[in-house]
Formats: sequence, C-alpha cells, structure tokens
Amino acid sequence: MNVPVNPKTARAGATRRDVTIGATLVGGALLVGCSPGDLLSIGAKTDFGAFGPFIKIAPDGVVTVISKHIEFGQGNHAGLAAMVAEELDADWSKVKVEQAAAIAKVYANLGMGVQGTGGSSAISNSWMQLRNTGASARAMFVEAAANKWNAPAGEITVKDSVVSHAKTGKSATFAELLPEAAKVTPPKTPVLKDPKTFTLIGTDRVRRKDAQTKSDGTAKFTQDVKLPNMLVAMVAHAPRFGATVASFDAAEAKKVPGVVEVYQIPSGVAVVADNTYAAKKGREALKVTWNEDKSQKHSSDKLAADYAGWSAGKGTLPEKVVWQSFEAKGDAATAAKGEVFEATYDFTFLAHATMEPMNCVAEIGGGKNKLTFGSQIPTVDQLNTAKIVGALPGSVEIETLFAGGSFGRRANFQSDYVTECVQIAKKVGKGRPVKLVWTREDDMAAGYFRPITHHRLKIVTDKDGYPVSWTHKVVTQSLMKGSPIPAKGVDETTVEGTKGSPYLKATPVVDGQVLMPDLDVPVLWWRSVGATHTAFVMEHTIDQLAKKAGKDPVDYRLALYEKAGAARHTAVLKLVAEKAGWASPPTAGWSRGVAVHESFGTVVAQIAEVQMVDGTPKVGRVVTAVDCGTAISPDQVAAQMEGGVCYGLSAALFGKVTLKDGAVEQTNFDTYRVLRNSEAPTVETYILPSTNAPSGVGEPGVPVIAPAVANAIFALNGQATSSLPFVKG
Amino acid sequence: MAMTLDINGKPVTVNAAPDTPLLWVLRDEVGLTGSKFGCGVGQCGACTVLADGQPIRSCSMPIEGLANIKILTIESLGGDSPLQQAWVKNDVPQCGYCQSGQLMSATALLSKTPNPTDADIDAAMDGNICRCGTYQRIRAAIKEAAAMPATPAPTAA
Repeated sequence: MNVPVNPKTARAGATRRDVTIGATLVGGALLVGCSPGDLLSIGAKTDFGAFGPFIKIAPDGVVTVISKHIEFGQGNHAGLAAMVAEELDADWSKVKVEQAAAIAKVYANLGMGVQGTGGSSAISNSWMQLRNTGASARAMFVEAAANKWNAPAGEITVKDSVVSHAKTGKSATFAELLPEAAKVTPPKTPVLKDPKTFTLIGTDRVRRKDAQTKSDGTAKFTQDVKLPNMLVAMVAHAPRFGATVASFDAAEAKKVPGVVEVYQIPSGVAVVADNTYAAKKGREALKVTWNEDKSQKHSSDKLAADYAGWSAGKGTLPEKVVWQSFEAKGDAATAAKGEVFEATYDFTFLAHATMEPMNCVAEIGGGKNKLTFGSQIPTVDQLNTAKIVGALPGSVEIETLFAGGSFGRRANFQSDYVTECVQIAKKVGKGRPVKLVWTREDDMAAGYFRPITHHRLKIVTDKDGYPVSWTHKVVTQSLMKGSPIPAKGVDETTVEGTKGSPYLKATPVVDGQVLMPDLDVPVLWWRSVGATHTAFVMEHTIDQLAKKAGKDPVDYRLALYEKAGAARHTAVLKLVAEKAGWASPPTAGWSRGVAVHESFGTVVAQIAEVQMVDGTPKVGRVVTAVDCGTAISPDQVAAQMEGGVCYGLSAALFGKVTLKDGAVEQTNFDTYRVLRNSEAPTVETYILPSTNAPSGVGEPGVPVIAPAVANAIFALNGQATSSLPFVKG
Repeated sequence: MAMTLDINGKPVTVNAAPDTPLLWVLRDEVGLTGSKFGCGVGQCGACTVLADGQPIRSCSMPIEGLANIKILTIESLGGDSPLQQAWVKNDVPQCGYCQSGQLMSATALLSKTPNPTDADIDAAMDGNICRCGTYQRIRAAIKEAAAMPATPAPTAA
C-alpha cells in the first residue's frame, strides 16, 4: 500500500517522478520512443470484450469489474467496483470483482506509470478512469435500446441493470440487450453523472464483495495454491544481510522422506519437497556454512547513538554521506529572539509482519513463465522475473491472488521473495510448479524494515509562544537507495510530513536537513512511509510548544493552521474536537490527546482517550475525523481508520526490530509483540462531507495515533515521549 | 505412516509422519486450506481448529496425539453459521487471512459462553492476532451472533 504517489497529481495522470519510475524500470530502455507501459506489455493480451479491459458482462447480465489493483485488506475492490456500477447503473447486488492480469499497458496505475498498488492510490488514480468506463458501457446499452425501440436516447433511463423507456413502457435487462449493446461503438467522451445524483457512491450499500469467502475459508491466498505435480520449497537464508553460501552438505536433508532436491540459489540453499512439512524438516537437516566476509555487523544501539551524535555535529560522518537541505526559508540570524525549545526523537526498525508470511508460486520452463501470488507491483515482478529467465517482461504471466496483508512489504524493487521462487522454479524447470513458503522466522529476518530514524529539533518561539524559527534534522536511510530510481538529492520519503507541514508554513524561518546513511540493511516503505515518524515528531512537538505557550493544544493548532492557510486541517480538527467532547473534561483517570496529519492527500485528526495501567498506556476510545474527498464507501473508510489506528498503535506500543552484531534479534510474534484484541481501542470515524475527488484511506489513519497517545500521556503526567515504542524492554 | 483422524465428522485416513503438525496434514494432504499458517509456534491463532470443542493451534499439534479426537475446521461451519452471518454483515474481514482462526476461537467461545462479556471475549480472542486491526468488528460480530436465535453447535458438514 505504500509506494509513494501524490494522489493530487495521480488524478491528473502520471507525475514526473512516476514517469521516471516507468522509464527507468525498463533498464536504460530496450527501445526508445515507446512508453514504458507499451514496452513492458510486448507479447501480452490486448483483445478484450466489447466493454473494454475493465468490464465483462456475462450473457446472464452479471457485471464483473476487473480490478487492476490487488486486494489485501484495503477494501479497494468494493470501491473500484462501485465507481463502475454507479456510472453504469448496474445492479450492485450482482456486481462481481475479478483481479486483472499483469498488462502494464492497459492496467497501469495512472499515478505510477506501471501496474501496481501503493501510496493509497488505488481509488484516487482510478476515479475518472472507471467512472468513464462505466458511463461508456451505459451509453452503449442506451444506444442499443434507443435503436431497438426507435426512441430518443435522451428518454432512455437505466436502473439496477434494467434499461427503460417510460413513454412506451418498454424495458429490457442488460442480459436481454447484451447482443445489441456489444455492437455499439463506445462513445469517445461518455457523459458522467453529476455527483449529486449518485445513488450508490457514498452510501452504506457499498460493502465488501469478499466478506463471505473470507468468512468461510474459501478465499484463495498464495498459501492455498495447490497445482498438479507441485513442489514446495523452503530456503535456508543467511544469518546476516550480505552473507553468502560458502558450502553446504545436503546429505541429511535428502534423507528426509518427501525431500526431492536441494539447490544452491543466490539467496541461500533451497530444499524442494513434496509437501510443506518435508521441506521444513529437510531445511532443518541441511548444513550450510556461510561466508560472512561481506556481511554487515550493525547493532541498533550503536546506530541510534551514531545518529544522535551526527545530528548534534559530533562524530565522523560516513564517507560520501552529507547533510542535504529539504526545506529552507528566512535567515536564522535575523529571526526574532525568544524562548528555545529543543527535542530529539528516536524510532526503531519495524517489521511489516503481515499475517501471511511472504510466499509465491512459480512455473518456469517448458514454454511457461507464470507466477501465482499476491503481486503488489506486477510490472516490477515481471521485470525481475524476466531478467532471471531471459524473457520479455510482458510475457511473464502473473495471476494475482488475495494477499494476507502487505503494508508495503510486497512492493519492493528487488521482488525479493518472488525472485527467490523464480530461481528455484528455474532450477526445477519444465514448468513444474514450485511454491516457496517462508516461515514467520524467514519473514521477520528478511529485512525491508521501516528504517531506524532520529530527529533533532530546535525551535524558537515568539512572545505568544508560536514558532518563529524551526531547525529540524532527520537521520534515516533512504528508501529509494538501491532501487532503479535512487533519489538524486533528498529522498522525499524520508522527510514527507515534516516537509510540507502546515507548522513549517506558519514559521518564518525554517532550516530542515536530512542525512541518509547507507547501511547494508534493506529498508522499505511501511504503511504511511515517512509519516510513520514525521507525524509523531511534528504532532508531539506541537503539544509541547502549546504547553510552553500556555495554550490549549486544539486552539494552538487552529492558530497555526490559520497562519498556514490549512483549511482542511482546521475542518477535521474542529470536527474531531466536537465529536470527542474536547471542551468537556475527560473521565477521571483518563486523559485525552489530539493529533492531526495529512498524508497521501487525506487529512486525519484523532483524539485518543488514554489511561496508564502499570506504566503502560491503555487506549480506550479513539475519535477520528477524516477528509478523504468523496468517500465512495463510508463503511470501508471507517474500516481503514479502525485498522490504521490498530496498526499504528501496535507499533507505537510494542513495535521494535533490533539488530545485534548484524543479526535480527526478533524471530516471531513472541519476540515481535503486536496488538491483540484486548488491547484494541474502539474507533469512531467521522467523514468530512466533500465533493472533491477521492484521496486514499489505506495509510493516512496509521501515523496519527502514536502522537495522539503521546500527547494524552503528556497531558496526564507532563512526561514527553522521546522514543518509540512506549513499552520498553 | 497411515493414521485415521476424525475431521469434520468423517474418518479421514492420512499418510504422514506422526510428528507432522495437524495444520500441514489438513492443508497439504486433506486439502482443507481454510486454516492458515501464520507463525508455526502457536502465537498467532491463524491455524485454530477445534479438538473435542477446544480451540487448539493446529500448527503446533502433532497428529500422533489426535486419534479419536473430533477435529472441526472452518469448513465445518457451513458458511452461514450465526457467527459467519454476523462476520459478513459487519464486513469484519480485511485481508481475511486470520479470520478462519478468529471464527473458530469465537465458535468455541459461544458454545461454552452463549452471552459473553467483554472480559470473556478478551480471554477467548487474545490468542488470535489480526494485523489489519479488525478487532472491534470481531467484538461487535461476536455480540451480534450471541444475540441471534440459538442454533445447534457445529457438527459434521
């Protein structure tokens, strides 16, 4: 869900950065003068039915919407289908959703230029595309009916998949009109509905299409794939990032009943077996010696100390690593003098810890290059597969299944677990299916963490307590480093949320700098990306400044939003304050904290009610206000706010991956603690009415809860929080 | 080694080493893939099934001790049990991967405690992790199912 895309620009088409992604991904261009989507789709299917690549209508009139985006919890399948159904006036109860094949030319994310899901952009980038698609199909039915009944098209109406002409009393179902409608030439510019006339979008009728199969065990995940003659593989991985196989002894592994073969692959040694348990036992029996000459030996404590030192100008910076400005205005020397506030904040590595550990099914050879799994960025997975098997990317077939969560993990430029599976399947050959299964321990140790991060702030305030000068240093690894599109200067994902903050807009003098050390630890976007730390720093700092100024945290924010012209922030903050009863005191023993943050074009405000139980924060009620433009499914917006709060709170309370001498210390949920049912708050969601185009909701609910809780603790006992997670040890 | 298990009310002969965890037998051999693999150490609950009515973590339960034990999986619930109806009505699932385990834990809870309190739900459901954070809807759905007219406990499909 986390590839950074600006939904505002995504709506209008590809951004400069996104076009660069597409162009660079094709590897310095096999061809010139060709769009990335075209290039990546050579050999792919391009013949679709009468209604185009996004709509199939069966002879019985059932409408199936083809989703170019993966569904791994965000509820986008419902939202995407609703856009089509609304403009088509289809019977929503009978609309189905199917996952698109991997064809970048047809199914590109319009904000990325390649096919993929991320940056909370599934709904926003599809908004006009799918409405137009639905409207176009509707026009085809209307024209077919007009011709058949010899009636003016303007007098034809459509409702719930039935086309009618009131004057003559004629009506026909989509099924009945299908043969004629399919022959109509689609209009070039279909007429869209006035949003005021929507009958589906924005109503509670827009519910998930997968709730039944996900409640009866029949929804199909990668883990559930079973193909004829399929083998199951597990891989012995290096104990530290950068280590390689020196030698291995497979004799004992091969004695395990069910083990078929053992292969060395670039990422380790693979045991291939008839079934999962045999593969696991085979791996346990394997003896591998690792070459650790090039493995990294980092420890989290040392990294945190280095980062803090560097931000204070102490210690020696690593070679070629320099401070870079991400925001600068005004002149610090001429800034008004006043009270000085200083703070530092530290954040740990975090694992995504999806419920379904990474896995993939590949069939390679014998004229077949096929992957079956929860592919988040199919174009990238095609490219990485193509490099290994020596094929055109577009000829790599991907069947995308439901995935048991991602939170950013499945969207990485190396396609790490995918290429591992492809390497094994290539060794097996002849197109024989191989399912790669990672255990939780494999998943936890594989990296691609939210990076360890440090912030140092120095803020000067005026006589009324508002900032006049803001100095802000961030130390964190670049997420784009090592990708085909490394940031040339500042990697925006490291500072987004601080950069662009209304608080900086309201401050006349700003000096923001980022230092991006290059560790050999793979890092990645983690649900809400830069905001995972910047939202905490900005929002918790603001409460401390408000207290110094002797002002109420809500009033203090409203004054700064006024200065910054942040009208959407103002609106959600006022809404959340009203709904949470901010003006009245909390229940005895409880405290309230507020936070507001914009990410992915959506502004979220939360007020958390917190009490301390044996020194640990217990979060009860969380009131959320959200401005996400048009809410296609209010219930699913609420679901994402509920889930976002839990995901953010889990990390804020417990989330911590630590390295010791280069090894990941956490192995499973017993050492990487996550939020459980009894610890989950009750989230109330209020959606700001809006007629703007929709913006994302998968991520923006996540980063707001941690500072809201920290601010509640601060209000309760005056203790500021300088590092997460809250629960130490 | 051949062994007969009582799965969803039917005798099923399986051919697996005695130390094989029930989960892998269910998934790889019997073809019941509703129960999921999440952690392999009984920490996450995605693999939860009922053994003589008790919720167990099938990922950590070798089959050798399961002869003559009645095993019920998500597939035994039929798809429209009160809990499943409440799950669908509340749009509980997000990614959906944990929900089979959640439903089996909830099924065990309601069979013993037809009208659970919040504390009962906490105690019964804390072994089931949901990373999407569907907890509050799970809680609501359990209460809603509890309020539905009584139906017989799940039996063989």
